[in-house]
Amino acid sequence: MAQQQQQGGEIRYLAPIAVDVKKKKYCRFKKSGIKYIDYKDANFLMKFVNEQGKILPRRVTGTSVKYQKKVAQAVKRARHLALLPYVTDLLK
Amino acid sequence: MQKQYETVFILTPVLSEDQVKEAVSKFRDYLKNNGAEIVYENNWGLRKLEYPIQKKSTGFYYLIEFKSDPQLIKKLEIEYKRDERVIRFLTTLLDKHAIAYNEKKRTEKKDTSEKEVEPTKKEN
Repeated sequence: MAQQQQQGGEIRYLAPIAVDVKKKKYCRFKKSGIKYIDYKDANFLMKFVNEQGKILPRRVTGTSVKYQKKVAQAVKRARHLALLPYVTDLLK
Repeated sequence: MQKQYETVFILTPVLSEDQVKEAVSKFRDYLKNNGAEIVYENNWGLRKLEYPIQKKSTGFYYLIEFKSDPQLIKKLEIEYKRDERVIRFLTTLLDKHAIAYNEKKRTEKKDTSEKEVEPTKKEN
């Protein structure tokens, strides 16, 4: 039984498995030294919101916890002031 | 202890120009009379809202940055609630990074406006 598994193990794939190359994510706020995220600047906040107007998660944007909280609060304030929609279909 | 605050409020678009001025001056004077020191004001004018508020799709945005005692904020917000021309308002406390950011923004704006003035002089 064990030999079969070993022989079976050498399965040659036609195409190399598309292991997505791991891009090192970094927190853009730490890198560029931005300390305050302005809730009035809607275009800048658009970068952290997807097409439906939802806030992008940290695993996608790669921001650190501290700045992700600031971004989330800024987006929520912008939504309150109708600078950003709560929900929409085609934002960008 | 005076802290620095920033308040943004939206007025209904139904108002005429001078009604807007009157509403804005009402809040500005309210702040001044109660011992607040106004640092900066900015009129964004008529802007489209991203979602309708009270069945209206545009509004007059006005921003006031001021220094005041914390107790005044509660009274200011009651004033906002009492005035039916204001359809939305948001008052935020500014920390040192926010103050520095706003300061930088204002100096930038001054530089850009100065640059625009200079080239025209050279042409004529």
